[in-house]
Amino acid sequence: MRNSWREGRFSIEILVDILIIILIGTGVLFSAVTALGLIRLPDVYTRTHAASKSSTLGVLSILLGTFVHFWFNEDIFNTQMVVAIAFLFITQPVAGHLIGRAAYMTGIKVAEETVRDDMGTAIENRRNNQQEELENE
Amino acid sequence: MMMFYWVSLFIVSISFAGLLFRLVKGPTVADRVVALDAIGVTLVSIVALLSLIIETEFFLEVILLMSILSFIGTAAFAKFLERGEIFDRDSR
Repeated sequence: MRNSWREGRFSIEILVDILIIILIGTGVLFSAVTALGLIRLPDVYTRTHAASKSSTLGVLSILLGTFVHFWFNEDIFNTQMVVAIAFLFITQPVAGHLIGRAAYMTGIKVAEETVRDDMGTAIENRRNNQQEELENE
Repeated sequence: MMMFYWVSLFIVSISFAGLLFRLVKGPTVADRVVALDAIGVTLVSIVALLSLIIETEFFLEVILLMSILSFIGTAAFAKFLERGEIFDRDSR
């Protein structure tokens, strides 16, 4: 009876370890991809793309692995980790968007390989509309 | 398991060094802000891995604080780049 209980506990520990290894491995892989993208990509906008998406997934996986480790192996359910994971998941893409918009507004050129630029035409349309409104008034 | 944590910390530190390269070299200011944002996020994962290695749960409070500070810093930098000031009184 007691022996089988121990065996069950043992296999659960192995399963939790496998889960932690998968999560942290994914996170480390995506962190490395983030650094690679920030070094290799040609201009600010593509670098923003690399830094916002893949680094979000990377840090999310590593934090989830840490959370699972402290929950199952040490019996600590840390609510601050949950809040931090949700906060990072919401704010990291927003930060990437903010930097990209600020970079476009300060007039940084796009790379030479860029095929189309929708933001320029959108800003032109908005400026024309504002001028028409002023003339109508 | 401990070996796995050490190897993960090593790889994340190498990617941290790559981000530092972009922070130093980056041709424009926006590049450096992007690199700073990614450095904050990578620092969070380094703290998480360190708390796994040292086997203490007291580092976990640092994670929330550091993510909030990183987001506020990035938002302030973006607004400063776009408007030229961070606090504007007469916002219309």
